[in-house]
Amino acid sequence: MTKVKTELDRRSFLKISAAASGGILIGFSWFAGCTPDTKNGKFVEVPNEWFEINSYIKIGDTGMVTIYSPNPEIGQNVKTSMPMIVAEELDVDWNHVQVEQAPLNTGIYQNQFAGGSLSIRMGWTALRTAGAAGRFMLLTAAAKEWGVTIDDLLVEKGIIKEKNGSRTIGFGEIASKAVGIEVPKEVKLKDTKDFKLIGTSQRNVDGKKIVTGVPQYGIDFHRDGMKTAVLKHAPAFGMKLKSFNVEEIKALPGVDDAFMVDISSKTPGRFDINSSPQFIAIVGETTWPLLQAKKAIKAKWETISELEDSNMHNKRMEDAIRTGKPNQRREDGNVKAAFKKAVKVIEKTYTAPFMAHNTMEPMNFFANVTADSAEMIGPTQTPQALEGAVAGYLKMPLDKITVNMTRMGGGFGRRLYPTFGVEAAAISKHIGKPVKLLYSREDDMSQGTYRPAYRSTYKAGLDKDNNLIAFSAKGAGVPNGGIYTNRYPAGTVDNYLVEKFAVKTNITTGAWRAPGSHFAAGAEQSFLDEVAELAGKDPIAFRLELFDRAINNPVGKRNDYDAKRYAGVLKMVKEKSNWGKNTPGVHRGVAAYYCHSTYVAEVVDMIIKDGKPIVQKVWCAVDCGILVNPDAAKNMIQGGVIDGIGHAMYSELTFDKGVNQQSNFDTYQLIRHSQAPQDIEVFFVDNGISPTGLGEPGLPPVVGALANALYKATGKRYYHQPFNSTEQG
Amino acid sequence: MAIFNLKVNGEKLQVDVDGSTPILWVLRDHFKLLGTKFGCGMAQCGACTIHLDGEAVRSCSLPISVVQDSKINTIEGLSENGDHPVQKAWLDIDVPQCGYCQVGQIMSASALLEKNPNPTDEDIDRAMNGNICRCGTYIRIKEAIKAAAKN
Ligand code: FES
Ligand code: FES
Repeated sequence: MTKVKTELDRRSFLKISAAASGGILIGFSWFAGCTPDTKNGKFVEVPNEWFEINSYIKIGDTGMVTIYSPNPEIGQNVKTSMPMIVAEELDVDWNHVQVEQAPLNTGIYQNQFAGGSLSIRMGWTALRTAGAAGRFMLLTAAAKEWGVTIDDLLVEKGIIKEKNGSRTIGFGEIASKAVGIEVPKEVKLKDTKDFKLIGTSQRNVDGKKIVTGVPQYGIDFHRDGMKTAVLKHAPAFGMKLKSFNVEEIKALPGVDDAFMVDISSKTPGRFDINSSPQFIAIVGETTWPLLQAKKAIKAKWETISELEDSNMHNKRMEDAIRTGKPNQRREDGNVKAAFKKAVKVIEKTYTAPFMAHNTMEPMNFFANVTADSAEMIGPTQTPQALEGAVAGYLKMPLDKITVNMTRMGGGFGRRLYPTFGVEAAAISKHIGKPVKLLYSREDDMSQGTYRPAYRSTYKAGLDKDNNLIAFSAKGAGVPNGGIYTNRYPAGTVDNYLVEKFAVKTNITTGAWRAPGSHFAAGAEQSFLDEVAELAGKDPIAFRLELFDRAINNPVGKRNDYDAKRYAGVLKMVKEKSNWGKNTPGVHRGVAAYYCHSTYVAEVVDMIIKDGKPIVQKVWCAVDCGILVNPDAAKNMIQGGVIDGIGHAMYSELTFDKGVNQQSNFDTYQLIRHSQAPQDIEVFFVDNGISPTGLGEPGLPPVVGALANALYKATGKRYYHQPFNSTEQG
Repeated sequence: MAIFNLKVNGEKLQVDVDGSTPILWVLRDHFKLLGTKFGCGMAQCGACTIHLDGEAVRSCSLPISVVQDSKINTIEGLSENGDHPVQKAWLDIDVPQCGYCQVGQIMSASALLEKNPNPTDEDIDRAMNGNICRCGTYIRIKEAIKAAAKN
């Protein structure tokens, strides 16, 4: 049993503020007022009265429990797993729980964002504490009622029982008396071995709504009297809107209004400040006439900075690596001298293009801006940043702005940037009415916050006994390299050098499902494969040899991984996949990577069918500590693997004169059904360590494993993404 | 603008729009049937899949003027209580991640099974290839289609 201080989180145990429980949620009842699922035939009556226990928990007089999920739901399933953590410590029957998305409320919740695979990791203790504090309050109320102490009581699935007696009382019956009971300075958390709910597979709480098409995404939001808006950004990075045929557009059928908006420099807190801050907005009742009107826009654009293209980017990255000054550097030993001594030297260069996010739900947001308030509803991974950016634009205090999160049709980092929210607010302000802004796919894929373009050159030297004695990696990126100074193989080689270089650009870039790690894992893990081959060693044995060094006698102190856990997943995938056993016609590649606090090793089995390489199966070993919701965790890893294979094989965004050359799925390829592996098997390490994230870590290693399997299958090394269409050399 | 009469989920509905308006926007903006999703607007992603006389079609690229007497079915009309075998299989296997593409996937899958109750992997790939899932739920979708086929 762990004791945690409640003080730090004390705000969370206050009752939900009036703003949160009343104003916002009632205003949001469009999808908050849900009827409970009759899960597994167990049904609790809808309560007549609800009692707020704390900001995470509300209990109804029938025993139904509402748990607020604090973080944005982008498909990573936190709307199920975060409430499970609360329910575990509360000791309630999961079948009696309904989940609601909490609004942004920085006064009571912490870290309300979805990024860096951090929700579960950062929420773990706060969520457990909230559940345990709620349980304590309910027990205290029951103890008072019966004139006993809470040590005389136990709880089972929402029913409080006397240990040595026959009295029982349900949470629903005692909830009214638990309200206002003081939370102790410390609460006791369960021993992890006593978990009953955590570690069991529970289905997506929104599953039924999803499969029946119940409106719940931002794009579905509707309010009577609301207008619809579309926009047009500059066609190229480096261009600015001067004017357009406004009167002609206004006169088109279905168009109420059309105007220019400028949100530049007024929006502190925006990350993607370069992307087209001047745009044309067209407003009307329904979408189609607006999309038609967009086609009739004749605009004048002026060039305000360089119009970049992909060849230029490649050249600049190459130059940066050759002659640039690194912005991050680590050197252990003497790399130059070691390379001189080396008997065998190998050097290879890897590249990857920009990538768009392509959440299936295009960017959109609802805004209702009045003279002294702004109500924002929609898909955002960072409601707090969005609130700040809107406040900055409107010059309005934060407390006049409310932000509610809808379920999101994907995030992948794109919705960490609040521009589309500010745009919606600016349009609403201009027309003085509530409005929902909707991007077309072309808008969504243009003026984005792309995954940067990368280029890295790796070099290794072996001595006469095939030991790795020198290693160097130099990575550039537009705008910064996809390389990490303190990650593996740092710590495993005496003479080790990593340098990272930046290339200036006016193209906006940002987060993207493990943006840098995705590339770094692919490059590093295929390079190590080639080094192992040069050394005449099995690729897993070679990697494990390096880990042995990091475990027994690491080089340097700042190696940001646990070599035992890292080697652990590699050993696990080796065993589970029967590595070393050759099946005729099956070509295998392996890779392991650690990022976002989770260790993953993967083996790709590839076959050749009709002359084409096909991924048949992927084996995954994952160490993310305690599994909250195992089947959902498996889903997340499977998704990451498919996403990783897809992007490495097929996807790229290129530029010509500042214009992205792909803007819809006819030219930007995403992986499809027939290209996905038949099977992905996932194994988890069981070690009881506090949980870490899963949204990103499944993706990076598969890029390396895929490249290595491709080599085995085709005899050719793959250095340049997308593997499917780029000349390799 | 012109008046169009449609049969949607067994109901007769009327709408006054331009003949070029895709069924997707008629469903979403005029009938407030929001289950059908917008993803690309050019028949590339499948998010907007509906049934037109039982065929899976992309409603984003289907102008209302060509629909005439056909029967339109959307996710809202797939089953009374969300208990179509395909929906049940989807829930059992807990397919969705973000869920946004899933209505389109379900509409394509149910149209496939209607015609071909025992599809092979190749049949599934062929019928489903127009439905993109950025979250990468393809393996579970295939599993769910096979499970639904059994029932
Ligand atoms: S929206 Fe119709 S296929 Fe993409
Ligand atoms: S579940 Fe997210 S796009 Fe398919």
